[in-house]
Amino acid sequence: MILTVGIDIGSTYTKAVMMDETRQIRATAIRRSGYKPAAAATSVYDDLLANAGVAKKDVNYIATSGYGRYMVPFRHTQITELTCHALAVAYHFPQARTILDIGGQDIKAIRIDDRGRVRAFRLNDKCAAGTGAFLEKTARYLGLTTADIGPYALRSTKFVEISSVCAVFAESEVINHLSSGIAPEDIMQGAITALAGRAVQLMKRVGLENDYALAGGMTQNAAMVAALEANLAAPLNLPPQGLGQLNGAFGAALLGLRRVERLYAEGRDIPPPGGEGPDTTVHTTRRWSVFIQSAKQPVPVESKNGFIALKTVRKGRK
Amino acid sequence: MEYVAGIDVGSTQAKGVILDGQGTVVGKAILDMETNMGTAAERVFERVLANANLYASDIVFTVATGYGRYRVTFGDLQVTEISCHARGAVAEFPGTRTVLDIGGQDTKAIRIGDSGEVVDFAMNDKCAAGTGRFLGAASFALEMPLSELGPLALKSTKPVKITTTCTVFAETEIIGHLAKGHLPEDVLMGMHHSIATRCASLVRRVGLAPEITFSGGVSRNQAMVVLLQEVLGMPLNVSAQAQFMGAIGAALYALDNVYAGRRSSHEKEAVQ
Repeated sequence: MILTVGIDIGSTYTKAVMMDETRQIRATAIRRSGYKPAAAATSVYDDLLANAGVAKKDVNYIATSGYGRYMVPFRHTQITELTCHALAVAYHFPQARTILDIGGQDIKAIRIDDRGRVRAFRLNDKCAAGTGAFLEKTARYLGLTTADIGPYALRSTKFVEISSVCAVFAESEVINHLSSGIAPEDIMQGAITALAGRAVQLMKRVGLENDYALAGGMTQNAAMVAALEANLAAPLNLPPQGLGQLNGAFGAALLGLRRVERLYAEGRDIPPPGGEGPDTTVHTTRRWSVFIQSAKQPVPVESKNGFIALKTVRKGRK
Repeated sequence: MEYVAGIDVGSTQAKGVILDGQGTVVGKAILDMETNMGTAAERVFERVLANANLYASDIVFTVATGYGRYRVTFGDLQVTEISCHARGAVAEFPGTRTVLDIGGQDTKAIRIGDSGEVVDFAMNDKCAAGTGRFLGAASFALEMPLSELGPLALKSTKPVKITTTCTVFAETEIIGHLAKGHLPEDVLMGMHHSIATRCASLVRRVGLAPEITFSGGVSRNQAMVVLLQEVLGMPLNVSAQAQFMGAIGAALYALDNVYAGRRSSHEKEAVQ
């Protein structure tokens, strides 16, 4: 039996998935990342083992993803979350071409090909406007928890426009709306509409190609899904029940499994954990500069060891 | 004796000033903003009257300015805060050619011509980075009042570089740095440095010309003054009443109107 684990260390939550060789999920675990992502990853891994009732030695392979992927010393490899999201979505929805992932502190739009490879992506991680933090801040002012946001906004009959771009200023705007007697659900719906608008903008920049898929914790927010679908005028594919938030971890576990299968097929052993690649112990949530693929520009290509490598694609190559 | 009032309804605080016929400040008041801008303006007006020991009937003209100027129901005229800040700065420092105003939710750089008129201005009111709110985030993350941030930052020996632009993410970054064992003063100095460089680039957009007057609530922060002087490479004029620059400018516009023979509508009603 093969067991692989994918751990996605995000800015807000750390997610883990355990998968067996039949691609069935054995267990999942989620915790807040907090300020020590490495510690969060260890606790999530312990939770995962306990949930699955599996001993540490029975796990064959651990792949990490997310911005804290280099901070896990017991990993076998690390994979960017773009690759993981792409793989997981392609696994569930082979026809999906454009993926949106709204995270706590960043937002990603990814265009993939028919084999689930990343063709283009755009990222916003510089500004909280257009990320989950925008909704979280609005909700905090309305006295709501993140889980309440969706159901609450769905009660709205007519939303109020949130005109501020900045998440900080939006807070003041929310207070002004509240004091002028506008219903909290209409304000919440306004924030969701604003965020959906910005997310679709980002998707357009990688080139909209249907089908569309949504990943990340926002899949649990019915109001957000509805707002995005209205803006795109097309349905969104959502990962199966409960897997939306775990999408990145699922992709990491899946990629880990494929790698183990390949190693075994080649008659090789799994190398010991320890994590290859640069160890960026500097804790920063900002990682990437935004770039996009075109025929002449460098494109992210998955290399043999699972890294996204930057390669210039020659013209005419598919 | 006739008096005029200037009310500056900002995003974070409401300021009121009363001038006498010679343009001398006879009363001032400042209040934290409340959600209803109209009532905040009324309350600051009451306070400033009490401070000057006057009655509302003594005020012959009131000019409102700032982000909430149209919510001031008792104002006779509204003037933009750009004009008012320029006017207030030039009144106190006649050599002023550039004004930098760092407020709670926006930052303005104003270029002033030789006769004190506004030539150009640049404003950041779209993003909280580089405004007072950035310090507000530091104050929140460090659980420390705003007034203590500057003095503490000045104690820093090796500032930490703050890499995030966004105020929301900066809050997280501060806590991350503290968790790694950096001293609060070093993190704070990094925050101040981040604001100073952002504001300096705003000033350069309108063209840097001496003298520079630094106004707005953030000008009370010593670390900010020191850093801006360093980044801009020249000394700054900082008034003891820098927070009232906009309100003083507004009151001076009110005085112009009085000299021009215009009177408050309230007073006209009283005469009838």
